[in-house]
Amino acid sequence: MFTQLSITILLLPLLGFLLLIFFGKRLPRQGDWLASGLILISLLLSLYLLITKVTSHSAEVFTMTFSWAVVGSLNVEFGILIDNLAAVMLVVATLISTLVHFFSIGYMKEDVRYSRYFAYLGFFSFSMLGIVITDNLLLMYVFWELVGLSSYLLIGHWYEKKSASNAANKAFIVNRIGDFGMFIGIMILFATFSTFTFESIFDSIGSGQLPFGSHGWLTAAGILIFCGAVGKSAQFPLHVWLPDAMEGPTPVSALIHAATMVAAGVYMVARVFPMLTADALLVIAYIGAITALIAATIAITQFDIKKVLAYSTISQLGYMIMALGVGAYTAGFMHLVTHAAFKAGLFLGSGSVIYAMHKVLHAQNDHHTDAQDIRNMGGLKSKMPFTYWTFLIFTLAISGIPFTSGFLSKDEILAGSFAFSTLNGHWLLPVIGFAVAGLTAFYMFRLLILTFHGKPSDESRIAGITESPKVMTIPLMILASLSLFFFYSFNPFGAASGWFFGAIERPMSMVPEILQPATAAVFNEALHGIHTTAMILSILIAAGGILLAFAVYQWKKISADKLAEKAGFLYKGAYNKWYFDEMYDKVFVGGLLLLTRIMKWFDENIIDGIVNGSASVMKGISNISGWFDNNVVDGLVNATATSADRAGSMLSKIQTGKIQTYLVYVVFSFLALFVLFM
Amino acid sequence: MELQILGIGILTWLVFLPIVGMLVVLLLPDKNRNAIRWTAAIATGAQVVIAGIIFALFDRTQLGINEAESFQFVEQFSWITVDAVPWVGRIEISYFMGIDGLSILMVILTALIGFIGVISSWNIDKMVKGYFALYLLLVTSMMGVFVSLDFFLFFIFWEAMLLPMYFLIGIWGGPRREYAAIKFFLYTFVGGILMLLTMLALYFSVAYTDPATGQSVHTFNILHMMNPANYIEGSLLAGIDTTWRYVAWMALFINFAIKIPLFPFHTWLPDAHVEAPTPISVILAGVLLKLGAYGILRLNFPIFPDATLYFVYFMAALGMISIIYGALCAMAQDDFKKLIAYSSISHMGIVVIGIAALNTQGMVGGVLQMFNHGIITAVLFLAVGVLYDRTHTRGLYDFGGIANQMPKYTGIAMVGMFAALGLPGLNGFVSELFSFLGAFEAYKWIAIVSVTGIIITAGYILWTIQRIFLGETPEKLHDLKDLTAREIMMFVPLLILIILLGVYPSPAIELMNTSLSHLVEFVTMGGS
Repeated sequence: MFTQLSITILLLPLLGFLLLIFFGKRLPRQGDWLASGLILISLLLSLYLLITKVTSHSAEVFTMTFSWAVVGSLNVEFGILIDNLAAVMLVVATLISTLVHFFSIGYMKEDVRYSRYFAYLGFFSFSMLGIVITDNLLLMYVFWELVGLSSYLLIGHWYEKKSASNAANKAFIVNRIGDFGMFIGIMILFATFSTFTFESIFDSIGSGQLPFGSHGWLTAAGILIFCGAVGKSAQFPLHVWLPDAMEGPTPVSALIHAATMVAAGVYMVARVFPMLTADALLVIAYIGAITALIAATIAITQFDIKKVLAYSTISQLGYMIMALGVGAYTAGFMHLVTHAAFKAGLFLGSGSVIYAMHKVLHAQNDHHTDAQDIRNMGGLKSKMPFTYWTFLIFTLAISGIPFTSGFLSKDEILAGSFAFSTLNGHWLLPVIGFAVAGLTAFYMFRLLILTFHGKPSDESRIAGITESPKVMTIPLMILASLSLFFFYSFNPFGAASGWFFGAIERPMSMVPEILQPATAAVFNEALHGIHTTAMILSILIAAGGILLAFAVYQWKKISADKLAEKAGFLYKGAYNKWYFDEMYDKVFVGGLLLLTRIMKWFDENIIDGIVNGSASVMKGISNISGWFDNNVVDGLVNATATSADRAGSMLSKIQTGKIQTYLVYVVFSFLALFVLFM
Repeated sequence: MELQILGIGILTWLVFLPIVGMLVVLLLPDKNRNAIRWTAAIATGAQVVIAGIIFALFDRTQLGINEAESFQFVEQFSWITVDAVPWVGRIEISYFMGIDGLSILMVILTALIGFIGVISSWNIDKMVKGYFALYLLLVTSMMGVFVSLDFFLFFIFWEAMLLPMYFLIGIWGGPRREYAAIKFFLYTFVGGILMLLTMLALYFSVAYTDPATGQSVHTFNILHMMNPANYIEGSLLAGIDTTWRYVAWMALFINFAIKIPLFPFHTWLPDAHVEAPTPISVILAGVLLKLGAYGILRLNFPIFPDATLYFVYFMAALGMISIIYGALCAMAQDDFKKLIAYSSISHMGIVVIGIAALNTQGMVGGVLQMFNHGIITAVLFLAVGVLYDRTHTRGLYDFGGIANQMPKYTGIAMVGMFAALGLPGLNGFVSELFSFLGAFEAYKWIAIVSVTGIIITAGYILWTIQRIFLGETPEKLHDLKDLTAREIMMFVPLLILIILLGVYPSPAIELMNTSLSHLVEFVTMGGS
């Protein structure tokens, strides 16, 4: 039943896409109700599925397969797999998608391509749900690329802007680089196991089969598949596309580039967790940690409200990846879920602010002021109360303040990384983890204060600001309530006692024993020892970050400019996003373009040069042979003719006409012949 | 299985219907252009119907390749027989046609592209009669190559393509048409000579004993050439792994590599494409290039399995170079049509690494890629043609913002572009997937390097989309008209196939699975 239900959930948004793309303009209200209604049904079905699954079939896994293609004797099967992980993720994806659909009805109201926009949202939801319910790597790769396509289309929604289409291209291509690794990983696994299904791959590894018979290739396969996640979840060094993706409409940023698609990488790593070796997991943990740190430092220095949130998203994704890497599996996935709610909320909240700013600026005929720059805001608190209070809850949640959902999951991650370091001495991971927690609290409250608190930079501008319509604020309120602890655990200080930790358990590692990470039991014991310390530490650090933000931006006790000056090159580096874009542009894009020009030159001058050259040589040879023909061959022929002519005229002299002379010739000739042949 | 209509075999109908059309066209008065066009449309349309019948009746379980009895729709008559030639014995050239899992997709592709080419030729105004007569002759000769099982017949059809193609480019082409036509002609002509020499060498080396008379008969029958027992002791190509067999393999291979085209034999293609009129580009990329890969599979692989095994790495390496090199060159172009031409080189490289893998996945992927690439590039060249008809330019920097002016066109062209980029859910992905999977099993590093091609491909395709469809629309493009009904009609069948085979490729894979598995087995066992 669950599998059929999940197929329905999957196909409803696809139906919406097809209807809107073909008939969108002819439908009343351009079909927004249709798209939103269909995804709402998907959401209700997903909720039903999750509740029945977790309450009455928690330990079971439901699968269904069908044959997609038979090649040679090999049957490529596609299928569906519903476990608790998938059930939770289904709800996350459909819930955020539904809220974003409704929010967009307000936000995109006057858009030129209104129905196209909703069509693409439906296509995105379809592809995302596909990633969630698939039971094999190949089908996951298929949907993986399809979410990439929908992301491309939606980032480029306002394609008249060059920056938007550039950002769309960048997103797709950078993701392709990650997918290249993932594809190689899939090929390695397929070449060995002749299957794409997770379960069969895990079973084969469990029974001792290894890719090309070596441990190294198993680790490599894991890391290569993880490359896909590096792209999609914007991990270092492929994180550069996500900030640019903010060129898309803000609700899209909330749905795709914060809550769901970018989290797909985390989901995928959770899916393939049983085949990851300890070495692969360590790589994953460090990539996550580095990403979290780099992005957090950049977020501190940005002024564009969406850019701050974008870097914060990258940083939080780094947390999740790090959590999976250190073996805090449930914590990592839980952070995905809680983050989806509060980060979608933050983006929609920023959307609400941008929407209000746009309206005011438009009314004042002001086309120069940037509606997304927080320096142009301030004091919005009283004008936009719903937006403000929900934004505050989201900010508390992302900062990891008790009684929020973010506290529960982040605390488990920090404790997990701490526990990991006590087991094997990788202390850098928890240090980065805690540092990022402080940075997060700081930059988020900086954002909150600059946007909503204090005095506006321009009173007259702010005066006309009004709260957004209900269709936009109600989704915010729903997300805000979902950012509180009781949805995940009734104990505000212990996620582990809630239903979530009960439902999502870290799967058994299937790799050979000497390659395995610390088992769940060992890990949990280490976790037990340090959990309270970690919790107190994380609360203190978050509080410190918040206090500092207030000191700098609210009470102005410390000057931000002086701080920046003191930090010197560190500030400059962070402000310029550590020059990743510039470097990639010069080295990779520039290098590639140079290479293409060299190849073009080579093709036109060398290869075609040889072709045309040999043609000229042939022509030359034929000219020579033509001359030869005209002068030598023909010359010979003519010479023969001339000599025959001469000979004729010479011989004609012997024709005297006298019979006697002829007789003499005949006689002598006979004599000559006689002499010759005797 | 045999099937006749009016006492004439179905393959004869399939191959010679366009010739009938051509004769009708020649009889029609010059001025009656529409009658000429409709004649061509009906002739090629009937071919599509016949191809459909063949598709429906085709037995998916038959092996084909080297077994005469498992070919389908076979027609075999002796055509030229000369008894008792001194030293040589009896000479036999037969009219021998048949279809197996290797050729059926190509037959369907040829019929479909041939028909769509006619629709897109509708607005050709220059010497309509001559154009369609040559066009129909071209379609017949292409179809003939795919169904011939006699080398001599194969060769005749092969060379017969050259002439109409030469004139179609040379008369109806763009400004540098004569250069392009001559270049095309010379390239393929050189290849043709190599094939002729190989054919003769094979002919004199192969003889079979006629069961009826007990005579030893020299033959052009391709299937007989695949049986090592038929080689005369001491003849040039007898034995295995001899130098002469390698030379013969190479001679054939170069001929086919020119057609595919493989690096470094490819430079005729961009010129021919750029100068050729749209429908001829469609035919060229859609069908003609596949003849090269098809020839390798039909002749090189089963006739010289020993040499194939010897050269297979070399072949895969050339495929790899073509993939990367073609993609890089494509990126550097600023002519839309030239870009697609180079992308063809890159995508045909995938065919080559797929078939050179010599395993079923790779082989199925490669042949499917031939079909898919035919469909996809047809869409792309038609798309270029649509823009060129309206604006008389192909410069990528001359466009922008077309999406707002021509939404239908943009939607259709984008599907084609994304299929070329290998987006899952569209047909290009499926064949690339199996080609790469097969190649990876055979030789890891060549496959890994080749897969980097998908990144470069994404780069140049997206960049092209950006330059043509996105951005602000320049003033001069403000009154562009969207697609007409006729234009939509030529795209729709192709788009349906792109999506259908992308989502569920089994109908195509089923057709060839048995034959190609057999071919792989036959070649890897060294032809026994």
